[in-house]
Amino acid sequence: MSPQTHQRPSRRGLLALGPGLAATVALRPVAAGAAIRTESTAEAIRRFAGTAEIQPGRIRLDLPPLVENGNAVTITVTVDSPMTPEDHVRRIAVFNDKNPQPNVITVSLGPASGRAAVTTRIRLADTQRITAIAETSDGRYWSTTADAIVTLAACLEG
Amino acid sequence: MARTLINVPKSAGAGEIVTIKTLISHPMETGFRPGADGRIRPRDIITEFTCLYDGETVFRAELFPATAANPYLTFTLRATRTGPLTFTWRGDNGFTQTETATLTVT
Repeated sequence: MSPQTHQRPSRRGLLALGPGLAATVALRPVAAGAAIRTESTAEAIRRFAGTAEIQPGRIRLDLPPLVENGNAVTITVTVDSPMTPEDHVRRIAVFNDKNPQPNVITVSLGPASGRAAVTTRIRLADTQRITAIAETSDGRYWSTTADAIVTLAACLEG
Repeated sequence: MARTLINVPKSAGAGEIVTIKTLISHPMETGFRPGADGRIRPRDIITEFTCLYDGETVFRAELFPATAANPYLTFTLRATRTGPLTFTWRGDNGFTQTETATLTVT
């Protein structure tokens, strides 16, 4: 800065500062959201399934393709299984791609469930892909994915 | 005590599969949101839900901050005998709540 603008900031100086300040303010919430993610989706899936092979099929994930409010999104997971003591679903887990944490929900079922169907409401922080994985009693893992476009994101605003 | 809504059919035939719906009023504060003063609000969520049918665990859910406020869960049960259903929610800051209902099998 030149000596004369030191006492009174010039109009030109202030105008030059303007866009920079605006950018800093606008970026803050995004940076706060991105910085806290400690585990990737792939790592979380490995923590759930171990080293087992995950195959597509047998599981269905229903969620609206276009989400108006990311604070409460109804999802339904169903697994094609007879739910008998010999052949049933042990666990179902749902993962996200872009929320601060990769886990959404993990449920444990058994033959007493009768059907492998669970409905709940979740938060989505961004337009992203949701993955559901089921573990059957024979130790195999089945997965499916669904995409959701989110117009109002959860987490960033109150 | 948080308010809960539990929907269990009044009666069911033996072997019938019944749908159970539960909801509990809880803010499910994620621990990622800033409050009015700009500081991050501490996490306060329900982390675990269990359903016991006649003393036996038949459904368990592990919840994360990605679950919406007022956690809502729908699941199914095979009605085999008349017995109590015990629903327990556990969470941060020592949160525990238990509700019961009876499933009558005809």
